[in-house]
Amino acid sequence: MTTVTLAGTPVEVDPEGFLEKPEQWTKEMGEEIARSAGIEKLTERHWQVIDFMRKTYLDTGSAPSMRALGKTSGVAIKELYELFPKGPAKLAAKIGGIPKPRGCV
Amino acid sequence: MRIVSAGRKPTSRLEFGQIGHDEPIANRILILGAGTGGTLIANKLRRRYGAETEITIVDRDDRHVYQPDLLFVPFGLVAPNSICRPRSKQLRRGIEFRIGEVERIETEKNTVHLAGGDALPYDVLIVASGAELLPEETEGLTGPGWGENAFTYYSVEGAAALRKAMESFEGGRLVVNIVDMPIKCPIAPLEFCFLSDWWLKKSGLRGKTEIVLATPLDGAFTQPVAAKMLGELLERKNVLVETEYSTGRVDGEARKLHSWDEREIPYDLLVSIPLHGGSPFVASSDGLGDALGFVAVDQNTLQTKAAANVFAIGDATDVPTSKAGAVAHFQAETLVENIDRFLAGKELEKSFDGHANCFIETGFSKALLLDFSYDVEPLPGKFPFPLIGPMTLLRESRIDHLGKLAFRQLYWHLLLPGRRIPTISAQLKMAGKDASLLRPEGDNG
Repeated sequence: MTTVTLAGTPVEVDPEGFLEKPEQWTKEMGEEIARSAGIEKLTERHWQVIDFMRKTYLDTGSAPSMRALGKTSGVAIKELYELFPKGPAKLAAKIGGIPKPRGCV
Repeated sequence: MRIVSAGRKPTSRLEFGQIGHDEPIANRILILGAGTGGTLIANKLRRRYGAETEITIVDRDDRHVYQPDLLFVPFGLVAPNSICRPRSKQLRRGIEFRIGEVERIETEKNTVHLAGGDALPYDVLIVASGAELLPEETEGLTGPGWGENAFTYYSVEGAAALRKAMESFEGGRLVVNIVDMPIKCPIAPLEFCFLSDWWLKKSGLRGKTEIVLATPLDGAFTQPVAAKMLGELLERKNVLVETEYSTGRVDGEARKLHSWDEREIPYDLLVSIPLHGGSPFVASSDGLGDALGFVAVDQNTLQTKAAANVFAIGDATDVPTSKAGAVAHFQAETLVENIDRFLAGKELEKSFDGHANCFIETGFSKALLLDFSYDVEPLPGKFPFPLIGPMTLLRESRIDHLGKLAFRQLYWHLLLPGRRIPTISAQLKMAGKDASLLRPEGDNG
């Protein structure tokens, strides 16, 4: 386990930079993670997805897959890719301070 | 064989207010789906309870497919009709088999509604309706070229059609594409690549064929140790792997896959593993399923979150382990015990640990074996006996291949009838596994 400082607070992250303890997360940390992933400003649409991911994870214990995200977050897959280039589910999870989605075994 | 347990007395219909008072027993167990999970649980329950318990199982047709053999059909290694048997013939005497299309479940009235208007009341319901293929959900997949140069072998008809196309294949780019997870038997697309390599070499076409695996995962498999070993095996067999490939649409006329992030993959022959979803009735039954139509259950007890007297087994569930027959087989032990406990008003047993185990056919009469659970990723070692094996874990061997072939017989004669398979336990065992490859914290997420 590695400790890094995000928004002035030390937090534990996995080797890919996902927070190990979602309860340590703050919005400011999310903004900092987004910036280091190349997203300068998180818009309302970004937050809609991030909040949805985080809520689903905290309620059910697992983060939604991209497909489930496209069906239930209110943001279609095409737009998800515009908001979070490369991997929307992974990136939104990272910014939202929850573990990497496990993409079912 | 067990008959009704001593001390149980036949009672009238179960009233839920009574649970925990006089140990009433259910007399109507209804099972939706007569595939691997539904059939084996029906047979196990029939052996456990006497005639005062009615067991009814519903399916939309009378064809049971041994799905692991679908992989072999395109290579001409098994004939499509040899992997199908009547569902009704796999059920013990005393189980009522009904053909019908389920429309929805009304959990508050303990009733299942069938298309055509019939209503089936139940005391305990088991949803075993599996996963369905949804090729039409991917733009263009079932458009031009579908059935000509784009196929899926995840159905009997699809596998048979692909067989014909393979016979006239002259080389080019063979692309195996997993559209998105979850899918049945997540390892099968890798097996298809391995067998293609073998088959193309045998046919003298390997030199002029490129095999590409386009997967949404970030490696060959989800779990690190197996992903590394399987990744190396794909490399050795010269299979190109395009990772984190999230298929957006298929252009059948230009014969190209397009990902959401605008990566193009051209193909001459496309082998698609389409999107999977739960049965449509799951989505039409309030609160039963998740966004993809899989039944939301407690991952250790298999009781649904929607209703205490509704359980689920196998591919139909949303549990985070492989969708595979072996999983349904291990789940069945937990489920039989928990139905018994539920009826007796006792606390359910949290015994299902996500145990999955599968043979991976690697071509040239070899295979390897994976054994894993929610908490333990696949590791190398020996199975089922430490040091002795005879099977090896996560390493190719001839005996694993023979194991895979022998499993056909075990499936029809031991697994479906609900008998125990000797030496294989429902819970994962660490003995015989090399745990030194795990990350120090034991974190495999």
